[in-house]
Amino acid sequence: MQFAMAFKIIGVLLMLFSSAMLPSLFLSVIHRDGVESAFATGFGMTLLAGILLWLPTRSLKRDLNIRDGFLVTALFWLVLGVFGAIPFWLIPSLNLSGAASVFESISGLTTTGATVITGLDALPQSLLLYRQLLQWLGGIGIVVLAVAVLPMLGIGGMQLYRAESAGPSKERKLTPRITSTAKALFGIYLLLTIACAASYFFAGMTVFDAICHAFSTVAIGGFSTHDASLGYYDQNSILLISSFFMVVSAVNFGLHFIAIQRRDIRVYTHDSETAFFLTVIALATCVICVLLVLTETFNVEDSLIHGLFQTISIATTTGFTTQDFSVWPLFLPVLLLMLSFMGGCVGSTGGGMKAMRILLIFRQGVRELRQLLHPNAIIPLKIDSRRVQTEIISAVWSFFAVYMFCFVSIWLALLATGLDFPSAFSAVAATLNNLGPGLGKVASNYAGVSEAGKIILCLAMLMGRLEVFTLLVLFTPAFWRH
Amino acid sequence: MKIIILGAGQVGGTLAEHLADEQNDITVVDEHAATLKRLQERLDIRTVLGNGAHPSTLLNAGAEDADMLVAVTDSDEINMLACSVAFTLFRTPTKISRIRSAKYLSEQTALFKSGAIPVDVIIGPEQLVTKNIEQLIANPGSLQVLDFAEGRIRLVAVRALAGGPIVGRELQEIREHMPRVDTRVAAIFRSGGDPIIPQGSTVVEPDDEVFFIAAREHIRSVTAELRTIDKPYHRIMIAGGGNIGSTLAERLEKHYQVKVIERSYDRCRVLSDLLEDTLVLHGSGNEPLLLQQENIENTDVFCALTDNDESNIMMSMLAKRLGAKKVITLITNAAYIDLIGDDIDIAISPQQITISSLLAHVRKGDIGNVHSLRRGAAEAIELTAHGDANSSKVVGRRLDELHLPTGATVGAILRGDEVLIAHDHIVVEEDDHVILFLADRSQISAVEKLFAVGFGFI
Repeated sequence: MQFAMAFKIIGVLLMLFSSAMLPSLFLSVIHRDGVESAFATGFGMTLLAGILLWLPTRSLKRDLNIRDGFLVTALFWLVLGVFGAIPFWLIPSLNLSGAASVFESISGLTTTGATVITGLDALPQSLLLYRQLLQWLGGIGIVVLAVAVLPMLGIGGMQLYRAESAGPSKERKLTPRITSTAKALFGIYLLLTIACAASYFFAGMTVFDAICHAFSTVAIGGFSTHDASLGYYDQNSILLISSFFMVVSAVNFGLHFIAIQRRDIRVYTHDSETAFFLTVIALATCVICVLLVLTETFNVEDSLIHGLFQTISIATTTGFTTQDFSVWPLFLPVLLLMLSFMGGCVGSTGGGMKAMRILLIFRQGVRELRQLLHPNAIIPLKIDSRRVQTEIISAVWSFFAVYMFCFVSIWLALLATGLDFPSAFSAVAATLNNLGPGLGKVASNYAGVSEAGKIILCLAMLMGRLEVFTLLVLFTPAFWRH
Repeated sequence: MKIIILGAGQVGGTLAEHLADEQNDITVVDEHAATLKRLQERLDIRTVLGNGAHPSTLLNAGAEDADMLVAVTDSDEINMLACSVAFTLFRTPTKISRIRSAKYLSEQTALFKSGAIPVDVIIGPEQLVTKNIEQLIANPGSLQVLDFAEGRIRLVAVRALAGGPIVGRELQEIREHMPRVDTRVAAIFRSGGDPIIPQGSTVVEPDDEVFFIAAREHIRSVTAELRTIDKPYHRIMIAGGGNIGSTLAERLEKHYQVKVIERSYDRCRVLSDLLEDTLVLHGSGNEPLLLQQENIENTDVFCALTDNDESNIMMSMLAKRLGAKKVITLITNAAYIDLIGDDIDIAISPQQITISSLLAHVRKGDIGNVHSLRRGAAEAIELTAHGDANSSKVVGRRLDELHLPTGATVGAILRGDEVLIAHDHIVVEEDDHVILFLADRSQISAVEKLFAVGFGFI
């Protein structure tokens, strides 16, 4: 069987993943909140499915080839998304359809943060914890995927980060082997989460809320335990803490690793992508704060704090909200949505097209202009003082084109399900970029979207998370041919 | 002194010529009999035919009792090996070698020491040329800039222009114009005449080539006296992206807008990888269309630095006609330097620069720095005064009491860390570094004699 290795891995993953339901099951049993059976069933089914996949292939030992890589990566989110939906589906009080449950689960695992559940404040803690945990697990999956797997598959210019690539990029090679790389990244991820949770706690959150919000902050997810999201606290210190950790989590984790290893903060300023990302965020924050003041949406102090927080939250594709930004003067929410197309840096938990790709496209544009002025000039496109190969630039361009093509297609499909124009537009942007909240009907939750619409949006979230090509390649006939 | 020179090329030959004049025993080694024969016909030297790195050749050349070995063959490897052989077999005290390749020079400190490759002094012509051009660009209006005392004192040559505040006036007025700036005009070269040794009453005329000495920070104000203010340069165009061109661009690109024109496409790619802010252009400096397209009329300095003299000269003339404000041209063939007309502002000769640098190390006595000026006719040197008022003809005397040969002027004195611009009343002390300007090179031995400690006085 051609994909036997892929199934073996998915089997192991499912078995591991089943344990994600244990903390909630435990909490549920202690609190006697009536959802024990849902988590118990979810745990049992996931573990069983994992064992069933693993048992027949367990003795298989073969190196993964590139096709297995694509399949495992795509199935990872798809299969976990489906099994992760079981508890949502089984809890009667939520009253969610199958599609809605899968939507919620995938939204969690892809760290999108779009929700179909309302009345969060009244839900049992076990269920709330489960949602946050899904995002947190999704987050670490993404980091490992982005740093260790995607560069090998070479998607949309990600070969730029290939560990074995020559030249100054050698320092990208964190530690020699994938497993140790993954361990190192997990360590940083855990460290950030602990730091974030502690900060939240000292700023005044309850232990439970601090941990839950730390999960979704570091994962750049955006799920909250309150309907009002972080607006619930109405406390500037929490918003500032959150802003800080969102920015940190949107920076390449590989860079964090190097910075810690060398104990040198300059690693960040020497990295073009991070510099570009921070510049864009800073500029956008300025524009938005100024406009909030000028349009008299808030007073000056509120304009600054909400302008900063909301810009960072949306631009990093986290999707926490303090204010219903969809009712701000129209320019602002649209600008924010456009920022989410950039998203975080490569190798972070952020979504969108990644700052590196936007930077490359921007530099290519500048290069083209200079070339027009100096037809004889040899102008290389450089990132961090080294030449970027033409193939990588064209890979980035095709990524951009396919991303946009997917955006338009999904948008049209949503319009076909009957969603109105701005809601459909923002819903696609919010899911494809793994952002979360949109505008119009989907500003606070996605309960109002039709069943078909939810399935389409699930696809959009997966596409965004899997960098489009990883998913699309599965639909090419050649992939399945022997 | 017994000196062996390996290589009878332009540098080796000219060096031999300089040194033979100064009563040294010179042996020149080369593999080409014809070159050696020509040299021997002209100069009072010994020649030895053979490979300079071979022990037998070195032995024939008298390496056993030689004081110094100067390796200036075309090959870096032969130069290094010869130094090594001379050190190992003959314990030659001083070994000077020319090393061209930047690949060796980049590891300079680790490679060239007695445990590894025993070279005492390394002369890197390309580095010297690059530094020279860099200084010319940093000091607008100057024709030549020479460093003394680690660059704190400079000797600068400037062409006087009508309109400069001091032009058409007596030199002593400089003091009135700029009371805070201390400077000394060392010599004035006027076309078609002997060099003028300036007095306070000397009148500067337009087109005079004026050599003055001043502290680094005053160079600009003194230059401005002789010319109308030269604006700092901004736009530099370099034709030829070889070692000199690329190193120069690398050093300049942070402060100037630099364009490099290079003919080879592959080299262009290498350059564009290496250089951060420089615009690398694929083409040739002798295409008028390319030069115009790249805004030659607004270029402040055009540097022709290819390895072809003829191309350099022609493209410099072209660039000048098309509007480049100043052109600097690299010319290897000494014969061409006298041919070029007014179109070329500054001709740089790698040989001349190499020889200056070599001379500084070869000369006996306490000569710290030697700079060859005006194609070797004049020289600026740095000498140390030793002894006391009894044993020395210099120490303890006022500058106007020194019996300097005609054409020699003291420009400045470096005492410890202090820089003194020469004035008649200054008294020379022991261990002073005296910077002298010699309008005529043949006066060098007279000056050296003056500075030598005479035992007869004890």
